[in-house]
Formats: sequence, structure tokens, C-alpha cells
Amino acid sequence: MQESALSGLNVLEFGNLVSAPYCAKLLADLGAEVIKAEAPGLGDEARRREPFAEDRPGIERSGLFAYLNANKRSITLDPYTAAGKKLFLELVKKADILVENNPPSLMERLGLTYDVLEKINPMLVMTSITPFGQTGPHRDYKAYELTVYHGGGYGYLSTGCFSEPVMPPIKAGGRQAQFGAGQVGTAATLFAVLARDQIGAGQHVDISNQEVMAGLYESAIEHWTFTANEIGGVTNPVVQPMLPLQCKDGWVFIMCIEDFQFNNFVKVMGNPEWAKNELFKDRFSRASYIDALTPLLTEWTMQYTKDEVFRMAQAGHVPLAPAYTAQEVVNSPQIIARDYFVEIDHPEIGQVRYPGAPYTLSETPWRIARRAPLLGEHNEEIYCGRLGYTRQDLVKLTAAGVI
Amino acid sequence: MGKMVLEGITVVDFGSAWAGSLVSRTLGDMGARVIKVESLKHIDVARILPPWVSGQPITLNNSGYFNYMNRNKLSITLDVSTPRGLELCKKLVAIGDFMIENYALGVMERLGLGYEAVREVNPRIIYVSMTALGSKGPMKNYVMYGRPQVYLSGLAHTTGYPDQPPHCMNLSWGDPVASIHAVIAALSALRYRSKTGKGQFIELSQGEGMIGLQPESMMDYILNGRVRTRQANRDEFMAPHNAYRCKGGDLEWVTIAVAGDEEWESLCNVMENPLWAKDEKFADSYSRWKNQEEMDRHIEEWTQRYTNTECTEMLQKAGVAAFPTMSNKDLVEDPHLNARGFFQEWDHPELGTKRYDGLFWKLNKTPGRIEKRAPLMGEHNHYVFGELLGMPQEEIDQLVQEKVLF
Repeated sequence: MQESALSGLNVLEFGNLVSAPYCAKLLADLGAEVIKAEAPGLGDEARRREPFAEDRPGIERSGLFAYLNANKRSITLDPYTAAGKKLFLELVKKADILVENNPPSLMERLGLTYDVLEKINPMLVMTSITPFGQTGPHRDYKAYELTVYHGGGYGYLSTGCFSEPVMPPIKAGGRQAQFGAGQVGTAATLFAVLARDQIGAGQHVDISNQEVMAGLYESAIEHWTFTANEIGGVTNPVVQPMLPLQCKDGWVFIMCIEDFQFNNFVKVMGNPEWAKNELFKDRFSRASYIDALTPLLTEWTMQYTKDEVFRMAQAGHVPLAPAYTAQEVVNSPQIIARDYFVEIDHPEIGQVRYPGAPYTLSETPWRIARRAPLLGEHNEEIYCGRLGYTRQDLVKLTAAGVI
Repeated sequence: MGKMVLEGITVVDFGSAWAGSLVSRTLGDMGARVIKVESLKHIDVARILPPWVSGQPITLNNSGYFNYMNRNKLSITLDVSTPRGLELCKKLVAIGDFMIENYALGVMERLGLGYEAVREVNPRIIYVSMTALGSKGPMKNYVMYGRPQVYLSGLAHTTGYPDQPPHCMNLSWGDPVASIHAVIAALSALRYRSKTGKGQFIELSQGEGMIGLQPESMMDYILNGRVRTRQANRDEFMAPHNAYRCKGGDLEWVTIAVAGDEEWESLCNVMENPLWAKDEKFADSYSRWKNQEEMDRHIEEWTQRYTNTECTEMLQKAGVAAFPTMSNKDLVEDPHLNARGFFQEWDHPELGTKRYDGLFWKLNKTPGRIEKRAPLMGEHNHYVFGELLGMPQEEIDQLVQEKVLF
């Protein structure tokens, strides 16, 4: 068996839903050991989020949770109790990394701020992923996915208030903002891990989900600081065609940034007479007359399915892709050829496929070594095996509601 | 000023546009020396992407997009398609720790700079290759950009209004997703190398990274055979959960997201407990979710009396998750982001002093920094070839004449 890039790193995760769990998952899948501390009885909120296997809810049946928490061990722990806090601090002492996404005020109430934890373990890297970060006037604002997606600027870019008829600006499907913050959390955590060897100390990593979105905004900030253009330059393409086109059974998106790409598409369509029109002569002119161009393109695409248009366009080197559903993604010949989805067995969910590796590393492969844990499944292994408690201690701690 | 985590690390950067450039920029922000390799024969497309300062003639150096994406980098103009250019590039590769590229599949191999060739020169190198759809499979040679990728990954199908086309987010989301994933892989490989001395090859399919960010819809299909579609702002169970028009009309919105009865009661209190809110239709979470269209109309009647910051302040004070739909201008002027020092200004010979967004992570002991503005085309030829590679001036002049440095 090949080695893992992050073997030997011990991670304690004290997180909920997506951002911190995704951050810790990325570390776990490259070989770090992750212990996930969950609330007794309830567990991570993701355990109570859809989709559930066969639409039957249950804290061991969430597909979202099972995806985000494979490769981790689960312990239960109530940090509001004195005994629970003591357990938490013992775990912190043994950890290289603590990943959490709790409100800053909650961590203060619990007495689990970086200042406190640093004294217990000076080598600790503590990564806090929150909607607005650890400082600043909005740090205690409450937020969900909707809040940070729109609060980071992405909503304003969307269809909605700039379309006819005017509709509310929208968020993307799922929890893209929280996943983005989780990813950035992992990258920043690794910077701090590398820095440990140089400065001989851990540090606090502060990730603001709003900043992550505003920092990954594809130059929209500069659209304001360079041109005082609040939005038009970003949402109205200056070159065309760059838009969805309807087909027999769905939609495709075409993106011809350069003239030769559109000329290729004209060939794919069999060189229709209208394509010689002066109005469509170059990418800028096509942008001015896009309302006239779109129906002409659609007349052609509507004769075919989205996959037929996809294949023909790509054979002619035109950047175009179909709007795949989840079903079409899972069954895509490309995805299958690359073995992207991985099968994992789970006592409640059964043996099913999950999204797989975001990268391949030639020497230190990404891998899933264990399924998502049941709530508290590893209490004995961790508390007795690592911290030296007896099984009778666990009985008492359970009775007291600590674990 | 903190120590630089990546001090002494050199990146040979064949990254372009967004995906590749962001990887090397992130490494550069934390102290790596990033040498961006271009030539007039093959410039980074970001140099010709908007925005530009209004009224200023377009040059290769004044794109807002390019300057945003290439801070902290050095620029050389080396035509690697010439034999001498390739030879010099290999000298650079020999002193490199990372090599980053996001060209179409096969381009680096054709240039003689694929992983196998590079490893021969420098077995310790960590080589990151970011192709559109990966290096195998029936679609490996397909032409892609970030927005079509949002479609192909399944995300566009769940983004937008139910009765409107799938929506591409008006942004190449797959690019930064791939970039940050690439940074994670690259740093993990660097840790491994520091223990073993071994370099390695990292490959990403830019399309696949985004699939892993949609477990809700992927797993709903896998577990229940259900194909999720577009729901605009709606959530699986929260309601209210939408963007609401404010005093300023169609361009001013506030988002409100409510989970559970406690937050609902807080919202009602702030709205001064209107009669409609007492209707049975809104009495519990499930009923509110079922009747949210009607509820949203009522809520918007209230939000329209205030600005979105007024709504936000009132609701946040009561413990309700509310926040404006921020425009680029709102973000630049946001007191919170400014208090955190998110934006930075720097000078540029063609642009003067402009504001840019800065680092989006904070490490309290090794924070990283923005030390250099984005480079002018070929600005560092003399530094890289003269100082780093130790070539005499006459030889560099000769290379310019022979259009190897071009």
C-alpha cells in the first residue's frame, strides 16, 4: 500500500453541516486521522438533512452526512458539561489540528477560544470557519447558506433582478458557499501545518465565508474599482454567443469567446445563409444583436437532443456543454471511464456510490478507508484506547449525558 | 511582519486565465517565488479580459482581470516552442519546486514539458496538471470553459428558476473550485516531499471537483432515484428563505432565512406581529414551507418599507439570519470587510493606484502578504535569466534578438 500525504496528522473536528466537515474530509481523504466530536443523541446537523436513504429519515441515513464524514471516527461529547469540556481539552492536547465552524460567541461561552487552547497545546493549528470571520462588526451575525451566498456577492451576479421580468436574485443549487469555505479552510490549514515546522508553533486560522466568496468573484470587485460598473460588465457578456440554448430534451450552454469558435459552430450547423449577415460578423457585433441571433441558433438546436448537439459541437471544437441532471452526471461515459464515483458500504444505507476524488496524486493517493461513522461509534476506541478511561467510566459519562 | 511559509519555494507557472493562475497566486501570497511563463506567441488570455479603466486604451498590462489574478508574480516572455527556449525552460524547471499548468490536454507533452520530461530534469518537482475533463475517457479532448462546466457538472440544472433555463451562476465556479483543490493537493505533496524527498504528479479534472460539491443532488439520485431541479432560493425545509425587495426597488434586496419556530417568532416580532402571520397557513415550519409563495408576498410588503441594511440590522438584532444581497460596490464599501482589511491598494505604472480584493484567509502568525503588483509582460526577464540563471547580459540580448525571449 502506498503512503498517504497527510499520515500522522491528528485532526479534531468540532463542526456541523458542511464547511468544517468538508475541510476535515479533505484532510482525512489524504491520510489524516479525523476524530469528529458530536453532540450526544443529536449529532452533526447534517445527520438530519436530506437526502435520506429511501426517503426514510434517521440519523444514520443521510446521504449528505455519509458523503461528508467517511474516513472519520465519531465520538459524542457535550462541551457544556464540565466533564465534557475536560474530555475536549484532553483531545485538543493530542491534536495537531482543530477544525470548527461554531459562532465565535459560542466558542467564547464554552471557554474554547484559541487563546485558551494555545496554552494547552502550543503546536495546535485551530481553523475556524464562520460566515463573517472572527473579527469585525458582523462577526456575530447569524447566517445560513442563503445569507453567505448573497452576502459574498454571488447572488447579485445571478439571474433575477437584471432579467425581464424582475425576479429575486438567487443562490446556486446546494451549499456551494459553505463548500467553498471548507476548501479554503483546508488550504489555509495546510499552510499553518507547514509553518509549524518553521516557527515551532501552531496558530489560529480565521476563515470568513463572505471573504471566500468575495475573493473568488472572478474580477467583479475590479469591475467596480476599475470602471465604477456596478454589475452590467459582469452579467452582460460583451462577446456572444455565451448563453443557454434550448434543445429537444433540455438545454445546452455555448461559450464562444473567440471568433473562430463561432465560425466552427456555423460549420457544425451546416453553414446556414443567415450566418453571412453583417450583424453577426464578429463577437462584439453578435453581442449587440444577440436578441436576433438567439432564435436562429435555437431553430437549429431544437432539432436535436442536448447530447446530439454536445457531440456535434465538440466534434467541431466548439465550447458547448449540456445541462446534465444528477442522473446524467452519474451515468456519463466520461465519469464512468474515470471511475470517479466510489462505492462504500454502510450498515444502514447499504452499498452505494458517492462522489469521489477531486484529484489524483501519483505517490500518495486519495482514498476512502472507512465508511461514515455511526453516532458515537468510536467512543470506546478513543476514550478508552487513547485517553485511558475505563469502560465503566464511559457508563458513568453516558448516564450523566456527557457522551 | 510574519515569516513566509513558502519562502524559498519556486513555482514555474504555466497557469492562465483563472483556474491555473489562482493556484500559483495562492502559493505566491504565502511567500513562494512565482515565475509566470508567457510569450507574445502565447499570452495569458487574462491579459485580454475585462475590466479596463474606462477610456484607457487596452494594453497587455492593464486588464483588471489580469492584475487581480497575478499579484506577487514575476513575468518572463520565453518562447518554449523554440529549441533554445525549451532548453532554458528546463533550467528553470531544474530550480522549481512546483510546476502548474492548465493547458488543453497534450499541449505540455507536445512542447516537451510533460511530467515525464520534467521529472527527468527534476525528480523532486511537484507537477500540477489541471485539464478540463481529465487525461482519459471519451471526452478527454473536449473544449471547455468554466461556465459550460457548471452545466456539465449538474449544477446548472439545480440553479435558476423552475420555469427558466438552467443558470450558469454568471461566473466560472468550477475554476476556483479546481484551483483551491489543486492548492490542497500541492501542499499535501509538499509535506510528503519534505519527509521523503519525493516529488509527484497531481492531476485534476476541473469538471469533477464541482460534482463533489453537490452531494445533496447526487446522493438524492443515487439513494432515491430522484432528479433534483431548479428551486430558485428555496431550501429543503427552511421557510421563509428568499431574497426580498427593499425600499430601493429592483436593485436592493435582503435575504431572510428562517429555521424553526423561534426564529419565525423573532421575525414576526420585528415585523410588529402582522395579522396575516397569525393565519394557520403559517403556524408551523411545514405549513410555512408549503405556503411560502403567499408568505413571501407578505414579507416583501414589510421589507419594502426599509433599506436592506435597515432590515438586516433589525432582524440580526432579533437573531434572524438576514443580510443584503451584496453587489460588487456594496462589498467594496462594506464596513465589516474593510474593518478586516480585506481590500488592498497598490500602484501600477499604467493604472495608478487601484483597490483590489486581498487574501481570503487569515493566519495570525504567518499571514502572507501582497508584496508585488501583477507584472508587466516580460518585466522580469533580466532578473530571472540574469540573476537566477546567471546568464551574461550579452547572451540575454542575443536571446531577445533571436526571439527566444519574445
